[in-house]
Amino acid sequence: MNAIELRNLTKTYPQFTVDNVSLDVKKGYITGLIGPNGVGKSTLIKMMLGMIRPDSGSIKILGRDMPKDEVDIKQDIGIVSDDCFYYEHLTIRDSKKMIAPFYKKWNEKKFNRYLEQFELSPNKKIQDLSKGMKVKFSLAVALSQEAQLLIMDEPTSGLDPVFRREILDLLADIMQDESNSILFSTHITTDLDQIADYIAFINRGKLVFNEVKDEVLERFAIVKGDSQLLDSDIRKKFVGIRETAVGFEGMVDNRQEAELLFGNYVVFDKPSLEEIMYFTAKGGRIHA
Amino acid sequence: MKIIISNASSDPIYVQILNQIRQSILSGELHAGEILPSIRQLSKDLQVSVITTKRVYEELEKEKLIDSVVGKGCFVSGANKDFIREQRMKLLEEKMIEIIRESKDLSMSQQDLIDHITLLFEEEQTP
Repeated sequence: MNAIELRNLTKTYPQFTVDNVSLDVKKGYITGLIGPNGVGKSTLIKMMLGMIRPDSGSIKILGRDMPKDEVDIKQDIGIVSDDCFYYEHLTIRDSKKMIAPFYKKWNEKKFNRYLEQFELSPNKKIQDLSKGMKVKFSLAVALSQEAQLLIMDEPTSGLDPVFRREILDLLADIMQDESNSILFSTHITTDLDQIADYIAFINRGKLVFNEVKDEVLERFAIVKGDSQLLDSDIRKKFVGIRETAVGFEGMVDNRQEAELLFGNYVVFDKPSLEEIMYFTAKGGRIHA
Repeated sequence: MKIIISNASSDPIYVQILNQIRQSILSGELHAGEILPSIRQLSKDLQVSVITTKRVYEELEKEKLIDSVVGKGCFVSGANKDFIREQRMKLLEEKMIEIIRESKDLSMSQQDLIDHITLLFEEEQTP
């Protein structure tokens, strides 16, 4: 069962194209959407939310068609973004009064509980909230509308590590209910190293892969060794490679094959998502 | 039940969790019939993916160390521990036979192999 189904989405801009992206976000799991800045993560999310119309392709959210069932769909999705889209001059209490009536399943009790948990005062104006508090407020709103799907666009960028960990804990709480799903877009991949179940990697407007995170981390390997080992055939085995005067460091997408090839001549390391992103972006290969 | 995950370990996370739960069951720290934390609770507590903990429980179920009851959760299996030990001994023997064959290929004598294992055994015991 998929919470989100994108099929052959294409959108062309003069400088940039989202090219034929098909992506499934599985229900009951956290999917991390990663990629460097400006490769189409936010464009994809805006298309899911109906803020940008794709040139072609189809979007299904929670089993319903976008944009045909947009109004129904939006009852069930919560959006958290680092851009604050609330009126700056209103207090938290007044903002709530304005937002709550839009949602049929609005849970006032839950909202008040989250305000307390996040130490947000209802009397504070939106413009006086810090960046972290704004994220917490939009999270409180998203959770109080009993959303089944949370779409988070760079929610943790600009937040300090203490706030970020708190939010990650909260997401794990939400995932105790297996009917919930989360799509978490970020370039701070350390957030996802831990909690994500699936990783979808976007680069230059294309989907590079969408796989179980554990499998991704097992499949890729960082290889370090003497540059003399590299010839043109060997180079082709690497997704991306970085050479210096003291040796090379590269990433392969098939650890077993590389282990047979290099044996004990090199050192193998477990990659982080950040390294996978770095070498893939650097290598420029579209399909890892 | 205690589980400690180390990022410095070369073992994948699911293997680390699997080994520790298995050890708790075989050592008798967890009793037959005892309920294990749910897949989602464990993933939250350990801050790992749900898919990781799911894989651990599936593996433990395959080894007949736990039973999963739909809608209720996972329980430590009441299966005979001697039987489980026997199963694991069988696996160990298979590995030993493999080692013996390898050492023959390297033309090691029986005594060479025993000496080597003794050495490694001692090294393993001193932290």
